Amino acid sequence: MYNFSYQKVTSVDDAVEAMQKADDGKFVAGGQTMLPTMKHRLASPSDVIDLGGIEDLKGICMDGDAISIGAMTTHAEVAASSDVQSAIPALAKLAGNIGDPAVRNRGTIGGSIANNDPAADYPAAVIALGATVKTNKREIAGDEFFTGMFETALEEDELITSISFPKTEAAAYMKFENPASRYAIVGVFVAKSGDEVKVVVTGATACEHRGMRL
Amino acid sequence: MLTVSMKVNEQAVSGEVEDRTLLVEFLRENLRLTGTHVGCDTSQCGACVVHVDGASVKSCTMLAVQADGCDVTTIEGLTNGAELHPMQQAFKDNHGLQCGFCTPGMVMSAIDIVNRNGSGVDEATVRKELEGNICRCTGYHNIVKAVQAGAKNMGG
Ligand SMILES: Cc1cc2nc3c(=O)[nH]c(=O)nc-3n(C[C@H](O)[C@H](O)[C@H](O)COP(=O)(O)OP(=O)(O)OC[C@H]3O[C@@H](n4cnc5c(N)ncnc54)[C@H](O)[C@@H]3O)c2cc1C
Ligand code: FES
Ligand code: FES
Repeated sequence: MYNFSYQKVTSVDDAVEAMQKADDGKFVAGGQTMLPTMKHRLASPSDVIDLGGIEDLKGICMDGDAISIGAMTTHAEVAASSDVQSAIPALAKLAGNIGDPAVRNRGTIGGSIANNDPAADYPAAVIALGATVKTNKREIAGDEFFTGMFETALEEDELITSISFPKTEAAAYMKFENPASRYAIVGVFVAKSGDEVKVVVTGATACEHRGMRL
Repeated sequence: MLTVSMKVNEQAVSGEVEDRTLLVEFLRENLRLTGTHVGCDTSQCGACVVHVDGASVKSCTMLAVQADGCDVTTIEGLTNGAELHPMQQAFKDNHGLQCGFCTPGMVMSAIDIVNRNGSGVDEATVRKELEGNICRCTGYHNIVKAVQAGAKNMGG
């Protein structure tokens, strides 16, 4: 891994300011994708800005008819949350099947969504459940957020603060997983609300998680 | 260079690291705690699992500076003098290791599994929760037996 300058910040404003000042900065959340990528020298940022100290980005709360999950909430926390288990059990189950326990203790929902790996689990849920991605600048509808392989609507100095999932009548997620990493070779998220049923597939193609409405 | 301070196996330690130094490098190279192993470069094998503030993490996938101020337990921190931890004893009794390379990570993950699932943890749960720990020798059967026996011993 090439060397870089590490900065720990405690607020969203400081994180954005550090990013604007950096030559070629990168945010790090759980580091479960970033650090392996940097070890392989596929990324070599000049500055690594650690979001781990920003308390405002952590935690889960009910927000009217939606459940709001802070960007720095770990997969283990989402899986164990009684709020998520009762509002959208399929989402808790999805989080509990990402990688392995050690990955779930560090990896975050914000990092997973920002990374937009074509085989990642969360993007399917974000689109199928009609979630809204909240950033320091704006709110982005789930199905406009993922723009291509490892690409999202995020700008350079934009960071995800939380993701808001509206409660749903019924939802389920199943994946056929890679036996080593547990990434989805193919995964399907189905969600019903009102008359509409959405089906979103992850994995399977190198490109986009795309859904259809039934 | 940065100075990091943390508690490792109940002792306060500090040291100089580069920004890019991994927690596992700090443990092995600065502190000479070489029980924590590195088996891969892809965050997949689990040979490097330690506990940070009570939760299992892959110490090859966390920066040393990210553990600043944390409470870290490694395989060396489990023994009580010459007496093995009940989980280590169970690996020995059940032939849960052959070359032993994966064992420190297996034992640290196993204790985390028992902490979260209790001393009666069933076989299917043990197998699922060991997904992040790879062993190239044993075929896992005796590891799973060891974890269940260790779980019972830990329960007292
Ligand atoms: C062994 C292993 C198995 C895995 N298995 C699975 C699996 O089964 N399913 C799955 O979906 N994933 C899997 N993953 C990936 C895992 O879920 C990662 O945790 C996740 O992809 C990235 O989250 P992170 O918090 O670790 O982000 P990081 O690695 O820290 O960051 C990833 C990217 O997101 C950016 N970023 C992070 N947070 C923000 C933010 N708030 N705003 C803007 N940008 C941000 C970073 O700059 C970086 O580019 C696995 C990983 C490993 C190592
Ligand atoms: S050395 Fe850390 S997972 Fe393999
Ligand atoms: S005992 Fe050799 S790798 Fe597990």
